[in-house]
Amino acid sequence: MKIFKALMVTTAVSLALMAGTAHAENKKIALVVKALGIGFFEAANKGAQEAAKELGDVEIIYTGPTSTTAEGQIEVINSLVAQKVDAIAISANDKDALVPALKKAMDRGIKVISWDSGVAPEGRAMHLNPSSNPLIGNMIIKLAADQLPDGGDVAVLSASATATNQNTWIEEMKKVQGNYKGINVVATVYGDDLADKSYRETQGLIQSYPNLKAIIAPTSVGIVAAAQAVEDAGKVGQINVTGLGLPSEMAGHVKAGSSKSFAIWNPIDLGYSATMIAYDLIGGAEAKPGAELKMGRMGTVKLDDNNEGAMADPFVYDASNVEEFAKIF
Amino acid sequence: MAEARLSPRVIPDRLQSRGSRVLKSWESLLLVVAVLIFTINSFASPYFLDPWNLSDATFNFTEKAMIAFAMALVIISGEIDLSVASIIALSSTAMGLAVTMGADTPMLVVVGLGTGLLCGAVNGLLITGLGLPSIVVTIGTMSLFRGLSFIILGDQAFTGYPASFAYFGQGYVWWVFSFEFALFVLFALIYSVLLHKTNFGRAVYAIGNNQTAALFSGVRVGRVKFILFLLTGLMAGIASICLTSRLGSTRPSIALGVELEVVTMVVLGGVSILGGSGTIPGVVLAAFIMGMVTFGFGLLNVPGIVMSIFIGVLLISVIALPILWARARRRVAH
Repeated sequence: MKIFKALMVTTAVSLALMAGTAHAENKKIALVVKALGIGFFEAANKGAQEAAKELGDVEIIYTGPTSTTAEGQIEVINSLVAQKVDAIAISANDKDALVPALKKAMDRGIKVISWDSGVAPEGRAMHLNPSSNPLIGNMIIKLAADQLPDGGDVAVLSASATATNQNTWIEEMKKVQGNYKGINVVATVYGDDLADKSYRETQGLIQSYPNLKAIIAPTSVGIVAAAQAVEDAGKVGQINVTGLGLPSEMAGHVKAGSSKSFAIWNPIDLGYSATMIAYDLIGGAEAKPGAELKMGRMGTVKLDDNNEGAMADPFVYDASNVEEFAKIF
Repeated sequence: MAEARLSPRVIPDRLQSRGSRVLKSWESLLLVVAVLIFTINSFASPYFLDPWNLSDATFNFTEKAMIAFAMALVIISGEIDLSVASIIALSSTAMGLAVTMGADTPMLVVVGLGTGLLCGAVNGLLITGLGLPSIVVTIGTMSLFRGLSFIILGDQAFTGYPASFAYFGQGYVWWVFSFEFALFVLFALIYSVLLHKTNFGRAVYAIGNNQTAALFSGVRVGRVKFILFLLTGLMAGIASICLTSRLGSTRPSIALGVELEVVTMVVLGGVSILGGSGTIPGVVLAAFIMGMVTFGFGLLNVPGIVMSIFIGVLLISVIALPILWARARRRVAH
């Protein structure tokens, strides 16, 4: 009778869980992620817990499917609707497929926001982007300029020539280039987000521009390949690689000195801000174009015409904190 | 045993009385489990016994169960169809394409069912026509059908289904009873009759128990099997219409991994994975059990992986239990 034994265990587990979660007066905010067991989202949960502690009367339900499917997230949403949670903050596996389920949630009075990976406007009250294109464009050139007080030649190693994200960021970067005196962007090359091609393109840059002082790679594949190429060419200390990268992949290169600093969103801040916004909406704030929603220690977020908002500047990682975040994502 | 040998031998016309057979059957055990899970859920969460919540919960299994009915017949006949989830994806993609060409809702249904039938026919022809093993063929078509969806869609999505199309996956027939649930009940009845009350159903059991004997008894094995694969294709097409309507959009990754959940449901329902035995009521109960466990765990915010472990344990128990039982009885008899 193994089935019955299994059921007994389930009952015990269920009852134990029940005992731990019964706080009727608390506001229940569900942080729904793409899938459980991903470091980035575990870190976001850490931020959400921090927000809950700060707010006092909030209980975070951190949940998500086992694999990154829209169907799995819909099952999760249905069970959250059934539990009558106060708000759902979701990082979506599918922009469109979740809309009917989330609409139903909103019909039943639940505040729905998306963060990180967005839901189509009909399916949420607002979407929180970790950053915005102008902020990213400014950050990547600032990171290069900070290490070059006297100015110098810098080159850009991008993904593919048709990559929408990278092209937008480079465009935004060029708009603010005038604010950084003496910084001279000499070339933009494309590594197609392939490690070997990015590596070869970097070698080409090193040979073509002997006075090159920095390489900006706004792609997580490119930045690693460029740092490796700089190390292999023995140019550490002469050429600084920066841009957007993942701490776990960049920790070694920061240690080696080929990259002084780089940026990417901070998942802890993202989970924190999403929780704060959800709380603000539960409290009666309205998500409409032009509205400003409160994000606790992260300030406020201003919504654009699509009810989207940007949280903050990309978070800067350097020798002081990269090891700590490398464990997370 | 000594006096039994002395008394005159009585050969019973059936081995067990009808009552005891029903009581000892796999289905009664499943029924007990289902009632138990329902009771536990009711106590574990204050939100479980709410008609609307229970209605929402049925969506966890209705689409999969509809395929599971046809799959049960296929498995009883000693074959398997692992391409059903990919058929859902291809049907959904075909419907999405039809939308971009301006198809209305009735046309979309025709396209969805047609694609399902076509995929089923491809499977059926390869298996009965060329005599290839179904597990190999359907693993192949599993990649083929989903591959086609990926080629057509890439990282794009089809949206913009007509508003009336939403009825299939989001509509209600009466009060809390959704259209999907009504379909589920309807197909449960149809497949019960088909398997348990018709010559076709007998032929399916006969093939599963001994294909050669069935062939020599005049059962048209190839034709029956071809029809079975057509049926799974058709049911996958129907599931695709429901799921696409429920999601309101199509992406090539739609219904990823559903084939294993369907097979799990069938095996949990007491259908022998080796073929030859099993019932539709068993599959219906298994569908309810899986749906209620998923929903119950969801209400308690138990991580999905625990749910997977639970189903895994249940499945192994299901397969091990009859074998252990038979072994224990043999030991007692000796």
